[in-house]
Amino acid sequence: MTINHNGSAAGLAVEAKNMNVYYGSFRAVKDISLKIERNSITALIGPSGCGKSTVLRSFNRMNDLVPSARVEGEILFQGNNIYAENVDPVEVRRRIGMVFQKPNPFPKSIYENVAWGARINGFKGNMDELVEQSLHHAALWDEVKDKLDQSGLSLSGGQQQRLCIARTIAVKPEIILMDEPASALDPIATLRIEDLIRELKKEYTILIVTHNMQQAARASDYTAFFNMDSDRAGYLVEFSETDEIFTNPKHELTEQYITGRFG
Amino acid sequence: MTREAFDRELKALNERILRLGNVVEEDILKAAMALKERDLRTSREMIAADEWVNNQRIEIMMASFTLIATQQPAGPDMRALAATIEIAGELERIHDYVKGLGKISLKLAEIPLPAALADLIPQMAAIAGVMLQQALDAFAANDATLARAIPVQDNDVDELYRQISYELTTTVTQDSGAYENANLIQWAVHNLERSADRVINICEWVVYKAVGKYVEMDSEYEAPATAVTP
Amino acid sequence: MTSTELNTSSESVVFSVADKGEMPGNYAARKRKNQIMEGILFLAILMALIPLALILFEVIRRGASAMNFEFLTSVQNISLIREGGGYLNGLFGTLYMVGIASLIAVPLGVATATYVVEYSNSKLVPFIQFFTDVMTGVPSIFVGLFVYTILVQGDSIFGGFSTLAGGLGLSLIMIPIIARASEEVIRLVPDDLRNAAYGLGARRWQVVMQIVLPTAASGLITASMLAVARAAGETAVLLLTALGAFKIVPELLGSPQAALPLIIFNEARGPFEPAHARAWAGALELMLLVLLLTLIARYIGRKTQV
Repeated sequence: MTINHNGSAAGLAVEAKNMNVYYGSFRAVKDISLKIERNSITALIGPSGCGKSTVLRSFNRMNDLVPSARVEGEILFQGNNIYAENVDPVEVRRRIGMVFQKPNPFPKSIYENVAWGARINGFKGNMDELVEQSLHHAALWDEVKDKLDQSGLSLSGGQQQRLCIARTIAVKPEIILMDEPASALDPIATLRIEDLIRELKKEYTILIVTHNMQQAARASDYTAFFNMDSDRAGYLVEFSETDEIFTNPKHELTEQYITGRFG
Repeated sequence: MTREAFDRELKALNERILRLGNVVEEDILKAAMALKERDLRTSREMIAADEWVNNQRIEIMMASFTLIATQQPAGPDMRALAATIEIAGELERIHDYVKGLGKISLKLAEIPLPAALADLIPQMAAIAGVMLQQALDAFAANDATLARAIPVQDNDVDELYRQISYELTTTVTQDSGAYENANLIQWAVHNLERSADRVINICEWVVYKAVGKYVEMDSEYEAPATAVTP
Repeated sequence: MTSTELNTSSESVVFSVADKGEMPGNYAARKRKNQIMEGILFLAILMALIPLALILFEVIRRGASAMNFEFLTSVQNISLIREGGGYLNGLFGTLYMVGIASLIAVPLGVATATYVVEYSNSKLVPFIQFFTDVMTGVPSIFVGLFVYTILVQGDSIFGGFSTLAGGLGLSLIMIPIIARASEEVIRLVPDDLRNAAYGLGARRWQVVMQIVLPTAASGLITASMLAVARAAGETAVLLLTALGAFKIVPELLGSPQAALPLIIFNEARGPFEPAHARAWAGALELMLLVLLLTLIARYIGRKTQV
């Protein structure tokens, strides 16, 4: 499905190269270089204000929606810079989907919630099948199959978040970005989402921002630790396998952060 | 963000390990001396002391589990707890050998050790004791370099072990009636040799705790010239 | 972290002595104050409601006695002195003109509000907001004069009073009201929903048309109803655009049009008792009309919500 134009980086899903993000004249994150392997789960962790959400949103040009935001550097997706001039941000967002912090189903039926994204993207196949399949993948089908015409808002928080994941899957993206997807959920619903994320990585590459270190430790293959520098710009401190980060971090700041002795 | 309560608990666990380690180290020497001197009272004390050691080990283990379950330790904290649990186990097993020495001492009863061996056994115990003391120092200081320098001394223990075994074989060849006692003494010496091996295990955990890398070591292990960060 | 470091860190800690958390001694006083404030608030609400209730009461009391089947089904009695006749021509005219005004004002008003909210980075937005604010405040007689001058007067485009002129005049009253109220409603649509839609690869028009506006639908209907109610009761504009008529006027152009408030105004002005009685009934009819429209709008609004 993927043709890699720069050849060397065969297993990469996406790569940030010397990325800087500005809000007006304020540099929010600086010099981020990050290689994300295909079919892996990468957690972005760090203290509040370290720019991890900004970094995440740069991967599908969601920052474009903030009027003053500006991205420098490159993000290579299948060998192409998604910030190149001829690239349509809408196309980028279709192929790199996003799940948000608060479950945010549309005030439409469960069925429509899943179908909508596919429809606006010109899906021509069997919609019923796509909806069922997407809900299956999001581990929600059994709970909603008898009430597809009910409002998405009638579901519990955890179900709503899985509906949002189903909605994202239905568009068939290659990468899914998740911005603290479980922070508004209770612990049990959180664990279900984490299980689901593990399941999803078979088919998708996942980047997840989380405040919850245990969640990063439990659910991810790789962990990127960000910190805020003295100029208030976020930067990447350490990026490594999650096992390594949580048992034997290389950088002192990472160690302080994961042991809860930060700042 | 600091973790006062957690740090206090970790420190307390460290101290318990050191206290337990000191008792075990003392008991190795005492048990060996009692064996040499035929001091049956001390031998009995060594056997009795094993229960306290076992209890200490279980308490340290349980306290560590509680911390893991409640404090979500990561990185060096997790390594410290893993090392604490393992080292407590190693100390407990070393003291089993001490108890073994006590039992052998009781079995030998009034029969004195062959003169040629009398001094070699406490000497072996002394080396194992020094190794343990150094390992505990390395643990307390979180010093991987020191921990890596300890295992080479196991060569001396092994050398004494071979020497004693040879002496025992000679004794049995000359007097087949001494067979049973020689067997008991062989067993005792074996216990001391194993104790030193377990001290090396402790060193391995000290290294892991300090630098996050588990390295198998034995008497052949050559400590790196300078401190190596993994 | 070495153990010596642990030592110093744990020794250097100074525990701040927490406040003892004494029970507030002035609890009773605070409770009393709370009760007094509640009482004042209740009185304020009562004072605002009393005139409203009196109007309602008076309209119903006087209107109901003059209201009958004939009143609802007949056109206006030309004589102010004689009894009989009804306001059917006015009801027809009001519905006709408010309908035209709504057809113009609802799309324009909602579109304006949508532009202001969804294209907030446009340089035009502050400009538009300023204008809608000013227009909301313009006295309706000016709006009437404006339409009169441009469309009604002498040899201007329409060349006389008409239904369309009345509808256009009313739409000018409605647009700023709808735009202002809709703006608030559209702003209430959570950004989360917009982000979710953009995150699925939607284009801006798809987000606006298929997510934002449907989500805001019930609020937009309420906003429109505010304007409809205002337009239905509007008199000054119609004096200068529709003028009034004694019969049912189906023509869009070329003939003056009747309206409920116009007739009420005319009949209530004079000293004649039969006309006064009809005016009260007309007021009740207008009130019920607005109430009915509001209820229908509420119902539709609820239906559109999933």
